[in-house]
Amino acid sequence: MTCYFVIVGHNDNPLFELDVKETGKLDDKRQMAQFVAHASLDLVDEAKFLKSVDRFNELSVAGFVTASHMRFILVYDGPKAQENMKNFFMDMYDAFVKALLNPFYVPNTPIASSNFRKKAQVIAKKYL
Amino acid sequence: VNMSKQSVPARSQELRRVSGELFSLTYGALVAQLVKDYESDDEINKQLDKMGYNIGIRLVEDYLSRSGQNRCHDLKEAAEVLTKGGFKMFLGVVPTVANWSSKGDEFSLVLDQNPLVDFVELPEDHPNLLYSNIICGVIRGALEMVPEGDCWRGGWKECF
Repeated sequence: MTCYFVIVGHNDNPLFELDVKETGKLDDKRQMAQFVAHASLDLVDEAKFLKSVDRFNELSVAGFVTASHMRFILVYDGPKAQENMKNFFMDMYDAFVKALLNPFYVPNTPIASSNFRKKAQVIAKKYL
Repeated sequence: VNMSKQSVPARSQELRRVSGELFSLTYGALVAQLVKDYESDDEINKQLDKMGYNIGIRLVEDYLSRSGQNRCHDLKEAAEVLTKGGFKMFLGVVPTVANWSSKGDEFSLVLDQNPLVDFVELPEDHPNLLYSNIICGVIRGALEMVPEGDCWRGGWKECF
């Protein structure tokens, strides 16, 4: 089961990427996931808040747009509960805001903080 | 003349509350700007110390007028007043006094909680940056204004 999470900034630039995989082998699947996520950006923008936004073969895309117009995109296969999805996005948003409060972080640039990455992995494990 | 007599008791009770987050963010913006403006970490640390000094020489008057503190007889008493008085009043935290030298002329203040560093992650390309060095400056400035306080020397060490 693969899940791929990306935070996209104002210029469609990825600020943060996270692979959540249970099996070890998926490099090509990852590229596919990146492609699918990119392709669905327009649909996510329209969806505003949380919605299952797109389907591509067996991959689904869920999107979430924050008040500051940052796009959180999750690409996954297999069924997922809406409730889990929502909590996942909420927790990620929370961690994202905290990372943003760091005075050395410039908004709309890639998030390099290892703290944030760790938190994201914990959240992903919890809900995915 | 009458007005000043009335305003002193009122001031000693009222300490205006500001959002802690706003305070941390303001200080963070200040340090981030210094990091952009200056080349070396040492220069940044020096600027922070200077700023702290300018705050300290003024802040000490405020502290003394609110607390009615008398002259300290020795360094140990000064340490007490600094931590339980000054830090408590302005930062809301009481640092621990530790590491007294054998001669009793040197000690450390350990801050377990530091409202200046909420949400802050130090950038890796500035390993010698002393983020909270302003505090050293404040202490230096404050103590220079009181009798026999002008031989104070301090330094900041970040431990994470």
